Amino acid sequence: MKRREFLTVPATALGGTLLYTLAREPLRLQAQSGNLDIPLRFFSAAEARVIDAACARIFPADATGPGAHEAGVVIYIDRQLAGPYGRDKYRYTKGPFVESVPEHGYQGKESPREIYRAGLQLLVGFADLTPEQQDDKLRSIESTTFFHMLRSHTIEGMFCDPMHGGNAGMIGWQLIGFPGPQMSYRDEIDKHFGTAYRPKPVSLQQVVGHPVRGWEDE
Amino acid sequence: MKRLKPVNVLIVGGGWTGLAMAKEITGRTSLSVLVLERGAPRKTSDYAAGMDELDYAIRVRMMQNIADETITHRHSMRDPSVPVRQYGSFLPGSGVGGAGEHWNGNSFRFLESQFILATRLREKFGAAHLPENIAVQDWGVTYNDLEPYYWRAEQMMGVSGKAGNIRGQKIEGGNIFEGPRSSEYPLPPLKTSYVGMRFKEAAEKLGYHPHPVPAANASEAYRNPDGIVRAGCAYCGYCERFGCMIGAKAQPTNTLLPVLARRKTFAMRTGCWVRRVVHKNGRATGVQYVDANGEDIFQPADEVVLATFTLNNVRLLALSKIGKQYDPSAAQGTLGKNLTHQVGGAGTRLFFDHPLNLFMGSGAMGMMFADFDGDNGLTGSEGIVRAGHIAVSSSGNRPIASFGQYPNGAAKSNWGSQWKAASIEWRDRISGVGFTGEHLAYRQNFMDLDPVYTDKLGDPLLRFTLDWTEHEHRQRVFAAGIQLQVAKAMGVKFEEPHLAPVKYNVVQYQTTHIQGGAIMGTSPENSVVNTNLQHWDVPNLWVVGASAFPQNASLNPTVTALAITYRAADAFIAPHEKHYKGPNEAS
Repeated sequence: MKRREFLTVPATALGGTLLYTLAREPLRLQAQSGNLDIPLRFFSAAEARVIDAACARIFPADATGPGAHEAGVVIYIDRQLAGPYGRDKYRYTKGPFVESVPEHGYQGKESPREIYRAGLQLLVGFADLTPEQQDDKLRSIESTTFFHMLRSHTIEGMFCDPMHGGNAGMIGWQLIGFPGPQMSYRDEIDKHFGTAYRPKPVSLQQVVGHPVRGWEDE
Repeated sequence: MKRLKPVNVLIVGGGWTGLAMAKEITGRTSLSVLVLERGAPRKTSDYAAGMDELDYAIRVRMMQNIADETITHRHSMRDPSVPVRQYGSFLPGSGVGGAGEHWNGNSFRFLESQFILATRLREKFGAAHLPENIAVQDWGVTYNDLEPYYWRAEQMMGVSGKAGNIRGQKIEGGNIFEGPRSSEYPLPPLKTSYVGMRFKEAAEKLGYHPHPVPAANASEAYRNPDGIVRAGCAYCGYCERFGCMIGAKAQPTNTLLPVLARRKTFAMRTGCWVRRVVHKNGRATGVQYVDANGEDIFQPADEVVLATFTLNNVRLLALSKIGKQYDPSAAQGTLGKNLTHQVGGAGTRLFFDHPLNLFMGSGAMGMMFADFDGDNGLTGSEGIVRAGHIAVSSSGNRPIASFGQYPNGAAKSNWGSQWKAASIEWRDRISGVGFTGEHLAYRQNFMDLDPVYTDKLGDPLLRFTLDWTEHEHRQRVFAAGIQLQVAKAMGVKFEEPHLAPVKYNVVQYQTTHIQGGAIMGTSPENSVVNTNLQHWDVPNLWVVGASAFPQNASLNPTVTALAITYRAADAFIAPHEKHYKGPNEAS
């Protein structure tokens, strides 16, 4: 069995940031201290460091607020790849595999896990490059299936429910003023015309009152 | 193969049409009814924990697992077919309730002209002026024939809306272009969103007739004629691709199933994958299926009803060798012909200078006008013979799918700081005026079995031969002109849509409205089933649902699929009704 690998991140990086909602209301997330060791399910620690760095260039922390690193996007991706999605349990994978027109989408044989393993070969040493060099590197692979996937997964990891490992502290939802899954807007839907209505975000677990497992954990 | 005890009626598929048939038959006859559903059981209490965009809207976990079975597609008979490996331009549901669980709730009736389309086109434009290879047909039933069945479906669901035509009386505020209704909608319309209100004001200013989209998302608490009570919609924004966590959206599991569950003559088995309708000498004798444990079963029955999604109705007929496969080159056969989807417009994006709170909404919440639906407003000089409806919708905006929208040119790349800033800046300020158009049937668009690709059991997949034509392109161009007019009248910034002709795309979601393949009609020469949805060659086999539509109407199909199914149920029941001895229900 493979030795268990961990991603070590300062706890403050995961959701310790002051940020503003779209309504420009300041929100401070609970700051934590020390380091967190997060067990990895698919990536090695070195691979996770590369993916984390790449996601942080796709969705950077900058003047508009925190980004993929702070939201824990790499943890989200690691769990997706370890689960049935990463193994292509929800894609038609019978052959023959043939190239076709763009309107037929991805027709390849490789699963998301295989695409990442091959894609990581394109990013050797990536984590140690300067941000400018990293952007140049990503631009050079922009047209690959791997990059398309990485970009989609970065957005998913920013804005998914925190139960999936991304959007730590609902940092992504706060960034864009999304309140999470709320049970009712019946009294709000025909108010606030032209003005921002930004209830405090809640996670699915908070809404239903018990832990919910993502599909990747079933 | 294990042979089970016979039943009177075997229904394949536990969605809207299958359970509607089951409810009518068990409620008005003494026949035993068995529903075979290949997905899992579902209930309303499952759905609160399902308000998760990633698993339900992105990974689409309520849909059929495409790893087990998919379709193949080719643009024309000259091209090789390839499998649709991931969803998808449409999303077939699985599990009890089928796609009726994860729908948005749009609950339209079709226009009167849509049932007599071939006649109407001939009369209005002349046979010489119709698009090339057009294959549209009259349904064999009219709007007036279906009106009582529409009403039965709308009452069962508690459709919320505003009538525009009650017994010929036109009513402002409703759809004045609709056929005459016997009654007002069971419930008043849903509330109107800010975007809907702006759209309505603009459309009225232009002289059009905006009205609320009819919705199976109950606008207030509702008790249907079966005594089933549902809550009013909470506008949470989790309809499409989700089950409703409070049961406000009409779904088979919160309307039909609670009634059926009390009936002793009703039974349902889940996890049952039907492979063939078994038939002999022009009579169906039952079905062959693989059960949840992988065992091969023969289930005998007196009558068989195919009530699966369009795709599988057609595929099961083809796999069972019932009827003659349509072949466009020889102009022979009927099975598989008249495959239609629905024409999605190139939407016109609207940019507001203030936030819209788009995360709130309801599946069918929207405003629309039908001034160009059917052939309304067409003179013949537009280069099209049918158009569609123009609408804004407020279905609820979720963060993963809606992130990354901004005016063209606001970011150079689709990743990085500038992209992120533009996406955040515009995230809650973009809406759009859309178009949904009538997809005509053409000789070259059809379904048959794929010669190469197979499902998990080794049975051939269904193959689509389908592409857009010049007519659909012109419909989009025409609609874009109307959309721009509305956008200008709304007084907001907007973008002209991209209007290059497009090829049919299997990976970009459009709508889950696939029609045809086992179409209804007045003769075995032009159709697979009669107007009672009975197979012409096998009269104790009934094939219900949108597979019977001769072609798409611009409007979403659910209520019409139910209306023709209720009509079929009445025909089915007629010879048995006199023997009925009253309800046989558990107390």
